[in-house]
Amino acid sequence: MLTVSKYVFLDLLKNRSILVYTAVLAILSFTLLGLDGNSAKGLLSLLNITLLFVPVITTLFSAIYFFNSLEFIELLLSQPVKRTGILLSEYAGMALSLSAAFVVGVGAPLMVLLPIGASFVLILTGVLLTFIFTSIGLLIFVISRDKTRGIGAAIIVSLFFTLLFDGLMMAFIFSFSDYPIEKAVVGMISLNPVDLARILMLLQLDVAVLMGYSGALFKDFLGSSAGSIYSVVCMLLWIVAPLMLALRIFRKKDL
Amino acid sequence: MIRILTILSFLMLPAAVSATVIRTGPDSLLQHVLDRARPGDTILIAPGIYKQHDIVVRTSVTIIGENYPVFDGEDKHQLFIIAADRVSISGITVQQTGRSSMVDMAGIRLQNVSRVTVINCRVINTTYGIYLQNSRNCIITNNEIKSSATDELQSGNGVHAWKSDSLLIRANNISGHRDGIYFEFVTGSVITGNNSQNNVRYGLHFMFSHNDTYIRNTFRHNGAGVAVMYSKHVVMVSNNFEEHWGDASYGILLKDISDSRIEFNRFAHNTIGIFMEGSNRIHIMANAFTANGWAMRVQASCESNTIENNNFRENSFDVATNGTLMLNTYRNNYWDKYEGYDLNKDGTGDVPYHPVSVYSILSEKIPTSMILYRSFLTNIIDQAEKIMPSIIPDQLRDDTPKMKKWKL
Repeated sequence: MLTVSKYVFLDLLKNRSILVYTAVLAILSFTLLGLDGNSAKGLLSLLNITLLFVPVITTLFSAIYFFNSLEFIELLLSQPVKRTGILLSEYAGMALSLSAAFVVGVGAPLMVLLPIGASFVLILTGVLLTFIFTSIGLLIFVISRDKTRGIGAAIIVSLFFTLLFDGLMMAFIFSFSDYPIEKAVVGMISLNPVDLARILMLLQLDVAVLMGYSGALFKDFLGSSAGSIYSVVCMLLWIVAPLMLALRIFRKKDL
Repeated sequence: MIRILTILSFLMLPAAVSATVIRTGPDSLLQHVLDRARPGDTILIAPGIYKQHDIVVRTSVTIIGENYPVFDGEDKHQLFIIAADRVSISGITVQQTGRSSMVDMAGIRLQNVSRVTVINCRVINTTYGIYLQNSRNCIITNNEIKSSATDELQSGNGVHAWKSDSLLIRANNISGHRDGIYFEFVTGSVITGNNSQNNVRYGLHFMFSHNDTYIRNTFRHNGAGVAVMYSKHVVMVSNNFEEHWGDASYGILLKDISDSRIEFNRFAHNTIGIFMEGSNRIHIMANAFTANGWAMRVQASCESNTIENNNFRENSFDVATNGTLMLNTYRNNYWDKYEGYDLNKDGTGDVPYHPVSVYSILSEKIPTSMILYRSFLTNIIDQAEKIMPSIIPDQLRDDTPKMKKWKL
């Protein structure tokens, strides 16, 4: 199993797309952080890039890669190895190499130019998002019948989480603003890993303004470390849940 | 005649200089020593613990503690009451006054006096640290005033001044009281170089106190930094305001203030840097607002204020307001969120900057929507609003925003 992981990992490191992804991230990070000496502004721009690029690229790339390696997976399955083992090792190799790309592309410039707490949190959220959306990409691969549909699904799912979800959320908040919806809002946020990542960063950058709002939501949940812990736990669940589901389906799947 | 008087006074001078030095220790009652002392005497207090209280100083003496003798009120009593002019008290520790709902329990109380100095004293766990009543020309300097108040009702102020004039409060460390320094009907006074932190309510509190100045003080982690209320001609220069967090927390709270100056201050990590209500003709210049929730909240009841040459950086929101009436001037400020251009390269942006962001207005109406702050969607709304302002107050703008930040 470890051998398969290693093989996938090394194969991906040689992959041109991953290299381009790393290079683009690195160039963006250096330019944004070096811009007019205002590092906090650069960090914010990097946050936006992380929240937009990482989900879309990770989901798409992982789905495409899994579909492309379908024949390789079939070949492996003709050997006496477990189906779950193969899928897990494919997942591990994929998630690790994309995380490595993110850490090199965004993490390294951050550590060099802006070594503060918020930067570490940004790297952590980036890595968590990579794991989450690789796991979603895997689920899409397992469910979809062919490559075209899979890619379509990957695009829709990633755009749903990055754009559409917030729109729905905003509509919900504005239409029910007269009601005590704070708890419901926190519940809804947990349904979107991108929002969880954003809140994790918000707690680093905008505590001062969040403390300005009265109400239990911002004081007790977002104001304390409980908010951060809750976000991280939810994100970990977001890694595990799609992965487990994918494994279950793959075990019985007719290849 | 005048000449004779002068000569006479010179002849008298040696008598004043030859005032005696009296030593006293924990075994004798300080009150007796004080009662017997003549004006101009110096009383040296030996180290030790003095379980003596309500010590009234009725003559102009100099009280010097050697190695901080401790006066302990045993949680029941007040300690020093100074009722004579020209008293100087230094180097003593005053502690444990206890609390009372009848009397304002004070560590050192100055009653109807002038030219009294309190230097190098330690005032620990008192309800009121140093309490000035109807006093003039007094100096409170280099004192360590510490307590551990937890709520507003049960506690008093570090330095409390009422109906006084020409005070100098300098280089004191004040913490853990209700208000660090409290001024009520105090005029012509200077507060400088103090460090006021971890107080329950305000670091410094002005009520009806005109013509006062506070410079180079640091206010950190109080309920709110400085509250200036119902006062005129207050000068606030070169102070630091840091880490005032909470839903009613400000660096400076201005309520019904007029003709004042706020210059060269630093506001960092406050929920709101400056909150202004009913304030007129205030000149806010060359301040640095860094990483605050809101740099300024200027209510529509403020008029003729000038906000110029300030740096606004890394704040979540720059300016917030509660109406559409704009009677204040914003000019020549540096805003790090400004995205305009400068074609003629004169250092001033060619398009105006609107400091009120659309999301600050939205989140004010519906606080819950703050949970979507900094998402891609809200960025789109912000950009759209910049091109076609419809929600933000169009009149509130800086027509000459700076391209580069001021060196402050």
